[in-house]
This record gives sequence, C-alpha cells and structure tokens, in this order.
Amino acid sequence: MSPPILEVKNLIKNFGGIRALNDVSFELAPGALMGVIGPNGSGKTTLVNLITRFVKPTSGEVLFKGKPISHLPPYRIVRLGIVRTFQMVKPFYQLPAFKNMIIPLCSPRMKAIAGGRYGNRDAVALDLLEEVGFERDAHVAYKPASALPQGYLKRLELAKAMALEPELLILDELFSGLSLAEVATIVPIIEKLRLEGKTIIMIEHRLKELFRIADRIIVLNYGQKIADGPPATVMESDAVKSAYLGSETT
Amino acid sequence: MSKRKERIDRGIKVRSEDIFALLSWKEMLYLAGPRVLPVAVFLILPLLLGPYWQKVLLSVGVFALLAISWDVMAQTGMVSLGQALFFGMGAYVAGICNHLLGLPPWLAIPVATVAGAFLCTLVLVPVLRLRGVYFSMVTMIIPLMLVRLIEATKIFGGTEGLSGMTPLGSRWIELYLIMAVMAAVLFGFRRLMESDRGLVLKAVNDNDRSVINAGINIYWIKTQVLFAAGAVGAFAGAFMTHIYMFVGMPVFALDYSILPIAAAVVGGPGSLAGATLGAFILVPLSEALRGIGGLRIVFYGLFLVVFIVALPEGIFHFLQRKYHQFERWVEVQ
Repeated sequence: MSPPILEVKNLIKNFGGIRALNDVSFELAPGALMGVIGPNGSGKTTLVNLITRFVKPTSGEVLFKGKPISHLPPYRIVRLGIVRTFQMVKPFYQLPAFKNMIIPLCSPRMKAIAGGRYGNRDAVALDLLEEVGFERDAHVAYKPASALPQGYLKRLELAKAMALEPELLILDELFSGLSLAEVATIVPIIEKLRLEGKTIIMIEHRLKELFRIADRIIVLNYGQKIADGPPATVMESDAVKSAYLGSETT
Repeated sequence: MSKRKERIDRGIKVRSEDIFALLSWKEMLYLAGPRVLPVAVFLILPLLLGPYWQKVLLSVGVFALLAISWDVMAQTGMVSLGQALFFGMGAYVAGICNHLLGLPPWLAIPVATVAGAFLCTLVLVPVLRLRGVYFSMVTMIIPLMLVRLIEATKIFGGTEGLSGMTPLGSRWIELYLIMAVMAAVLFGFRRLMESDRGLVLKAVNDNDRSVINAGINIYWIKTQVLFAAGAVGAFAGAFMTHIYMFVGMPVFALDYSILPIAAAVVGGPGSLAGATLGAFILVPLSEALRGIGGLRIVFYGLFLVVFIVALPEGIFHFLQRKYHQFERWVEVQ
C-alpha cells in the first residue's frame, strides 16, 4: 500500500474557551475521495483551515507526503499542492470571471509546473471555465464576478482551485446553495478529477450526492471524530445517528 | 439607404479591452487620442506659461506623482494617509546627499529615490498585516512622529533644516524633468495595472485570502508595491529639495498627505490618470484662490465638496465614459 498523502495527527484547536477541534487524527491514501460530514458547528471548516494553515493549530501536526507542514504559511502550503475552496465563495468581484482565473495562473506553483513559462493565460482561463460549465460562446465568462449568480460563483471557485493543478483538493461545501440540476453537472467534474488521480476531501451537507462519489466518510461532532469508514457503514453507526437525529430521552 | 447611429468604439473593440480591429485612420486617432493628448500637454504647457505659473507647474508635477503613488497603493488595498512620509524621506535623503555628502543633484536625486523608497518600505513593512483604517492611521502618524524626532534631537539641521542645495541648472531642465518622470510613471504604472501582474495587485485589494489561496505571498506583493510607490514619492521629495534648495521639517507636513488624496478622489481613483488630472486641477486652483486671502480654504473646500457630490466617480471616469459614448452615423444595408 502506498504511503498516505496526508496525515493529520492529534489536531486540537481552541478558540478562547471553546474547543473547536478535539484531538482529530486520520490518514488519507493518495487518490481517495473522503467526505467530512457533521452537524453545523462540528468543526469541519476549522479542520480545513488547520490543514491549509489559514488558522494556526493549538496543538497537533499535519504531514503532507510525510513532511510536516503545520509551521508553513498558507501560501507555501498551496505551492506544495494542497488547494482549497471556500464555503463562502471568495471571487475577485471587480474582475470579469475569466480574469479571476489569472490570479491562480500567475501563481509561483504554476510557474514551477510550466517550467517558468506561463503561455497565454486568457486562453487557459477560458478553457478551465468551460470545463466547469461556463458556456464558451455566452458572455457569462466576460461578466464581472459581482454580476454572477451563486451557481456560477461556486463553479468559478472550483475552477480557480483546479487552475492550480492541486494534488490534494479540499472542497468546502461546494454543493451548498446549488440546485439539484447544478449539483448534477458538478458531480461529473469531481469524478473526472478523481480519474486524473487527484486526492479530494469534500466537506458536505448534501449527503446523498456525497455518498455516491465518496469512498470514505469522516463524521465530526462537537470537534471530535465520531466515525470513520465507508459511507454505508458510517451512517449505521449509533453515534452518527444520535449526532444527526439527537438521542431519545426518557 | 438609411442611416443609424453607432458608437465609435463598437467595432474597434473586439470583446476584450486589448484586442482592436482598426479600419481607418479616424479609428486609429480615436484610440491614440487619449494617449497622445497628455503627452502633448506635458510637452507644450511649459512653453506657454510665464515664470510664476511655470513654478506652479513644478508643484503640479510633484503632487501628481504623490497622487499616482497614493492611487497605486490604494489599488493594492493599502489606503495611505501619509504620502508625506515618502515625500519627506526622499527630500531629506537628497538634502543629506547634497548638503552633507556633496553629491551633485543628478546623483543625489536617484540615490534619494532608491534609498528613500527603501527606508519607507523598511518603516512600513512591520505594519503591512494591518488592513483598512488601521493601516491608514499608522501611515498618518509616522511622518508626524518624524517631525517631532527631528525637532527634539536637532538632527539634520533640526528646526532650521538644511539649506544651500545645488539647483538643477535651468528652469527648463526642472520642468521637462518632472514632466518626463510624470509621463513615465503614469504610463508605466497604467501598463503595469493592466497586465496580469496588475490583476494580482487589484486582487489583493479585492480579496487577499483568495490571493493567498493561489499560493501567492501577499506581503511580498505589498512590499514591492510599497517600494515602487515609495520611490515615486521619494523622487518627488528629492526633486523639490533641489528646486527650493532647502529641506526642513515642513516636508513631512500633512499637506503632502492630504492633497494627493484629494487630487486622486476628484480626478477619479483607480485610474492613475485621474490622480494626475486631479493634481492639474487642484494645485493651480489653490494658487488662483490666493488672491481672496483668508477665505481661500473655504472656497477650496467648497469646490472639493461640490465636485465629490456632483461627480463621485471622478472627472477622469466621467470623461472616459463620455468618450466611449461618442457616436457616428453609419449606413444600414
């Protein structure tokens, strides 16, 4: 078995007196698609923020390809190949959608991948946007991001992450706020990324869609990992049922 | 054969801002006009003015540079209230180079530009993590602190300042030097802001976390912008030292911080050309109002308020919009 691409060891995060993440550990095999679920406030986004170092852990360690990364600033972690999307989309509102893509395409990571040459970034940007569902002949890719509806903004967020050719892609509630039809168009994109060998972590509330594509699920509740395993078995766990549905009181 | 009106820029611009399809010399003129006009003004204006207004023009150039430097920083998310820091630092370094070290102006000014920018960057790098009003407040306080420092320690001439700097030689050298630098800085920075690198700078202003998430070190980007903006401001200060042949505490005055912002806001922030245009309006206006004595600042303030209320987008953006709306008659088949 190949060594894990990501190791999370005893991660703890306190915000003042509140423990947002409590001793969470797991390993992730390369090429896996792992879902992270849990009720609101269970620490899912905190986990992403700690892995990508947008937030500093109180204690614990994160290793990427066997090397510790918790001491690195977030931009250095992105350069290693761990790229995330944000739950609350963060486009560059002033810029047209396709110009939003220029920022990741200007990244030192892309310079390293392309051997110092960037090529025609506008063309690459339009190709990537087409891949996530921006129709090439419609003007939507040329509109300012501030004029785009939520569905397109989510796709733009995904395209920006894909532009960086990540090895580990972390999608934070990509499906939230999208219609069933929109989710149905994004699922094949994620499946394609998997076929390309990318490792993916998906934070999701849309369990039905997630369980169709994920091969492993971690469940968080009050900052603790309460279940870890294949989708079918995880949902059978009593701890998970009680976290989602509450326990019966007598 | 019927006719209809069509915008001139339709057909010239093909979908994006940088691809053009030119069919006639008129269309070429339509595109080149706004670029050629400022250069022509920079070249011809010094020839048309008398000695007093030529001196005002030197001030216009200095304030235009400070306004451009402010605008570049603002577009990268650093709203500075202390362009006087850049101006004063350049002025003092030039003064020290010329007065104490004996360097000629043609050497003192470039040295002051680079060293001044370096010192300003060094002072502001520790506060680059601050955003919004917190960053602005620090930039406002530092020049005021430096004034008191010079006064208390009596360094570099203390309250007397340093005087007797070598002048640049002739008024024409002064005028065309500042005009050439202004044109180079204006067109250079406009080109930078329209490039992919410029997009990254604007993106830092728009959403810095998203830029970090692209693997870009925003603090390094901000440091580079700070250095570039600092160099422009420091040049303005060093130039002024050799014009007045004096440098003293007034170079850190609030005027050099506030007037560039007023120029950029009246002219239209975010375009650099607006900042330049604003300086060309406000500085001569301030001089023209001298005649009315004590009420000068009231009329000046009133003018600012009227402009900001009537044209909140700024004069340049207004003119640009109107220019794009020019129409011509075309035949309909």
